[in-house]
Amino acid sequence: MITTSHFLVLSAILFTTGVVGVLVKRNPIVIFMCVELMLNAANLSFIALGRHFGQVNGQMYVIFALAVAAAEVSVGLGIIVAIFRAKETINVDEINLMKS
Amino acid sequence: MIFPEFVGGVHLPPLVPYIALAGTIGFILMILPGLIWIERVVIALMQDRSGPNRVGPRGLLQSTADVVKLFFKEDMSPKSADIKIYYLAPFLTVLCAFSAGGVLPLQTLTFHLANGDFQTVPLTVGDVNIGVLYILAVSSLQVYGVVLAGWASNNKYSLLGGLRGSAQLISYELSMGLAILCVVLFSGTCQLNKIVDAQSGAPFGLPLPEIFNGSIFSWFWLGTGIIPVVIYTIAMIAETNRAPFDLPEAESELIAGFHTEYSSMKFAMFFTGEYVSMLVVSGLNAALFWGGPLPPLNIIPFTLIPGFVWFITKVMGGIFFYTWLRATYPRLRYDALMHLGWKRMLPLGLVWLFLLAVVSLGRSPAKSADNVPEKPVTATQQVQTLPNAVAHR
Amino acid sequence: MVTVIAFWVLAILSVVASIAMVVTKNPVRSALALVGTFLCVAALYILLSAQFIAAVQVIVYAGAIMVLFLFVIMLLNLGSPGALRERGSLQPVIATGMGICFLIALLLSGSLIKLRLPAGARPEVYEPLGTVRGIGINLFDPKQPWLFPFEATSILLLVAVVGAIIMAKRKV
Repeated sequence: MITTSHFLVLSAILFTTGVVGVLVKRNPIVIFMCVELMLNAANLSFIALGRHFGQVNGQMYVIFALAVAAAEVSVGLGIIVAIFRAKETINVDEINLMKS
Repeated sequence: MIFPEFVGGVHLPPLVPYIALAGTIGFILMILPGLIWIERVVIALMQDRSGPNRVGPRGLLQSTADVVKLFFKEDMSPKSADIKIYYLAPFLTVLCAFSAGGVLPLQTLTFHLANGDFQTVPLTVGDVNIGVLYILAVSSLQVYGVVLAGWASNNKYSLLGGLRGSAQLISYELSMGLAILCVVLFSGTCQLNKIVDAQSGAPFGLPLPEIFNGSIFSWFWLGTGIIPVVIYTIAMIAETNRAPFDLPEAESELIAGFHTEYSSMKFAMFFTGEYVSMLVVSGLNAALFWGGPLPPLNIIPFTLIPGFVWFITKVMGGIFFYTWLRATYPRLRYDALMHLGWKRMLPLGLVWLFLLAVVSLGRSPAKSADNVPEKPVTATQQVQTLPNAVAHR
Repeated sequence: MVTVIAFWVLAILSVVASIAMVVTKNPVRSALALVGTFLCVAALYILLSAQFIAAVQVIVYAGAIMVLFLFVIMLLNLGSPGALRERGSLQPVIATGMGICFLIALLLSGSLIKLRLPAGARPEVYEPLGTVRGIGINLFDPKQPWLFPFEATSILLLVAVVGAIIMAKRKV
């Protein structure tokens, strides 16, 4: 029997993997991907809890999360391309424009 | 046609999806060599030359000979390629192309039950209620075959082909989605069989003789006002990377584009994937805009022919259109391609969708095919029965 | 029974793919592994009878967002593994350890395991809510709070489109 808790634990594991990826990686594109993974884990728990309570709220939140993720990715990748044009690198350790 | 429920003690209706699965895959695999032969002969006719005429009668066995040749060619892979992804790409292409065909509505079978009732079962592998979305999802995965092949080959021509392919497929998927949305708006469902049902009424709801019920005039190519079918047809050619939109494999600029480094059976798989996805998008075109398995007029010689024959005829019409365009038009320039996709088709599709939405506001909602007695469940009703659901831990 | 097997297969596949995404050095392989995770999660949505969300997940995440990622990776030509050197440091070890501690704390707190069903909850009505019809009826119902955020989202997307063009274009 698969209960809601199974889905929540799976979502927690995926979220943690995303967190570790954000901390470990040096490539901002991959860091972005890890953020997407975290969003997805949150979406999974939204839908699992929505079914648990028999409500549509969970799925609605996921729809908005999807739209926001799409917007975030388009702008974020635009920023990465712009930084690459200016600095010829996208390693997050070497991008410290504000520090000079 | 009405079939009995039991034949030799075997209960038939649950077997229908499996028959559809075997039939779809078998049909696609058997038609492929014929398809290539048809394309070459038609192009030869249009260009006033002989075409294939050496192997077998009228060159009919030419494709068979090609397949044998591809089987026995040496299977090479470049030294600096990313070998796992290099092998994965052709498999992805074929897999996505075949699995998209699973929801096409070939025909509706009617069974005569033992208690005298009739039961209709759609001849479809999976008659899912998100059929249109499923096809969109699977065909959006198809871009990975092109992109990964271009990247993993480690070749600049391949990379350019892959980049072009990804940009082109993403751009034209938007217009394709808008054209499909016009049909979904009018039929009120995403299930392909119900979209076909929605086309089986009288044209525009006019009181015309019975002969026009479900006829060519009540299909959605006319019902949604011709613009969506034009947009869809252009977008489907761009989605399958065929001439005049074959920028990712433009042989005069990029050698062979994303599959430059592929030979032998791996190349054959790209080739198969391309033709299968041509069949699938033509099938979707037939189902959405051209009435699927419905005969063009509701009179006796046409209605005697089974529905899947009509469906296949319409798919073949789509394939002929592909060939016709390939023989007629030169390849577009890359900026012209993007210009057409983003500045012409997308705004036109948006405006047309808006107009159709205004029109459909005036139509009575009873016409939508999805209006089954199923009670609409809204969350407000549940919130009343569940006052502290969110606060409860 | 089928549900149980499907859940475990999909769960294990998604966790393995997500770990592969973090471990591998090659950004294209990372992206591919993430696509695998997204497909597994979409299949899990179908197990949770949210068919519309599953299809949208594949269309938006796997079909659009990840292709954009791949496009940018290939555009910046970071395909070669040596392009971004990882500095040898203790950071990955510490991060992994902290992540595992976080996960264990989350599991030990019991808030994921000991879920109670409130008295009035009816999971059985959930079935038709996941279809296109159920989503549409609830999303566009003026009596519910979703209509305004939906319209606001369209403005957000428009702003994002304009922002992305301005960011990425050399001369506007």
